[in-house]
Amino acid sequence: MSEPVQTNNTESIEAIETISPWREMAGIFFRNYEAVFGLVLLVSIMVFTFIGPFVYTTDPFEMVWAPFTRPGQEGFLFGTDYLGRDILAEMIAGGQVSIAIGLAAAAISVVIGVCIGAFAGYYGGIVEEALMRSTEFFQVLPTLLFSMVIVALFGASLLTVTFAIGIVSWPAVARVTRTEFLRIRELEYVRAARSGSAKDGYLIFRVILPNALPPIIVQANLMVGSAILFEAALSFLNLSDPNVMSWGQVIGSNRTYILDAGFAVAIPGFAIFLTVLAISLIGDGLNDALNPRLRQR
Amino acid sequence: MNFWRLTAKRIGYGLLLLVAVLVLNFILMSLAPGDIADTIAGEMGGANETMLAEIRASYGLDQPFHIQLWRYLSKVAVLDLGFSYFYNTPVITLILEKLPATLLLVFSAQILAITIGIILGVIAAKKPNGFFSLVVTLLSLFGFAAPVFWTGILLIILFVSIFPIFPIGGLMDVTLDGSWWQHVLDVLYHLTLPMITLASIFIALYSRLARASMLEVLGADYIRTARAKGVPERSVLYRHALRNAMTPVVTVAGLQFSAVISGAVVVETVFSWPGLGSLALHAIVARDTPTIMGILFFSSLVVVVFNILTDVIVRLLDPRIKSG
Repeated sequence: MSEPVQTNNTESIEAIETISPWREMAGIFFRNYEAVFGLVLLVSIMVFTFIGPFVYTTDPFEMVWAPFTRPGQEGFLFGTDYLGRDILAEMIAGGQVSIAIGLAAAAISVVIGVCIGAFAGYYGGIVEEALMRSTEFFQVLPTLLFSMVIVALFGASLLTVTFAIGIVSWPAVARVTRTEFLRIRELEYVRAARSGSAKDGYLIFRVILPNALPPIIVQANLMVGSAILFEAALSFLNLSDPNVMSWGQVIGSNRTYILDAGFAVAIPGFAIFLTVLAISLIGDGLNDALNPRLRQR
Repeated sequence: MNFWRLTAKRIGYGLLLLVAVLVLNFILMSLAPGDIADTIAGEMGGANETMLAEIRASYGLDQPFHIQLWRYLSKVAVLDLGFSYFYNTPVITLILEKLPATLLLVFSAQILAITIGIILGVIAAKKPNGFFSLVVTLLSLFGFAAPVFWTGILLIILFVSIFPIFPIGGLMDVTLDGSWWQHVLDVLYHLTLPMITLASIFIALYSRLARASMLEVLGADYIRTARAKGVPERSVLYRHALRNAMTPVVTVAGLQFSAVISGAVVVETVFSWPGLGSLALHAIVARDTPTIMGILFFSSLVVVVFNILTDVIVRLLDPRIKSG
């Protein structure tokens, strides 16, 4: 009597195990229309800006026509800027820089944030106190002013700008990581690993971190969006590398002429808006897919 | 712990944070390439090594690091933030001159964002799947994704260029000749667009928070009790629920002050609002380091003061909260 029941059980367990968790997450993600819309939008923007230069070969720094040609006139889809440069070419070239800086700065902030959050959450006590007080420090310091100061003191190059954004953005990541570590470090499998005399480094990076990743991934995704906005604000204030085209810089250099040529400012701003919108839609989708329990919120 | 002791503790902690800001300021200044001796030598048209050493000695730059740091801290303690060679004025005078404009902008934008955020959140919470909930969701997407300078520029295009209702920028009309209340109205008139622009980033956050905490509070037992007693729905919503739902919004708003000041830097530039942000930008362009550092310190001071005030307000709103 008992034998057939047992085989039945193992069969159903195997049937469940064949659906991998990643496939299940992908399933939830792709059933979410807003997230898919965000993904399609982001991929289109990436294609536009990274494949664009091979199709549309106009040099973004070259003066091609009279300044402030309206969009659509004289064959310029987005018109020309205050120096008579082709805004379409500027948009293509600028997107690469905006997205690259966004990714690099977010990577810096995620690395710093994950390390600090992980150590604080894992060790607790005085280590946690000291590390978390230092994140509060960045809540007091107006971050944009602080990165303006870094750029002003060390010069406006792509490297300093990326660094300046990364160094002020990590506290959010650190807080998320710490919360996850505090929760996971008390779970049974961590205790088991610890009683097996695993080293701290192994426990932090190989046992706890992989399980803490879902909310960190969501946060990291949002960091890319806010880093793009941050870079845009810095270059709007003319504190970015003047030799490199970026969306924020197109806005910054044309902003004195908004009453004559609003389009030269509205178009790159809209590009930033769409990119960050796409990223945050993807972030919401990831959040739902990675934390199915939270979907009831 | 009683109310006053907690407040005193918060103030002491805030002072510690400010000292940390100053130390960071000082380290940054000493790490940066070039010092004041180089600047002075540059203005003199060049100097040799002995002259550079003399200049450094006269400014105390030859002293060891910790002595220089101590001198800097004790000078700031009596509000001596140094001298701006670019404006030919003490830095503290410059900052105090520009501070009121920034405070006005930051404070009015926060009040506007909190008010609209709570109103939207409450309306949305009444119907969790209704039209206003959709508005709150869309607003929060927009608030996160739209660069603040872009919002400002779009408002200028709309309300200055297409419908000429508002002025393009500035704090007041200098040609206006009238009584004091006409000047007040004039400043408010100039404030409208910058205030809306700055508030737009935060309305999204606050409305989403207000909606969530309102929904949570409306599920509480005491709300059911109030309804069961026959308290009118209007009174349940606005007297019983709203007060408790406001606490998280005010707490988060207090933590946003440094973000609001960051936003104000950009908004001030868009609308040529003569505040600390515009001053900071000019100082950076002019490489006026004492002024830049003074502004960084002073804006942190403003954030610390506002954080303490928020803490006090939150504890007045909700006496159950014992520690900040």
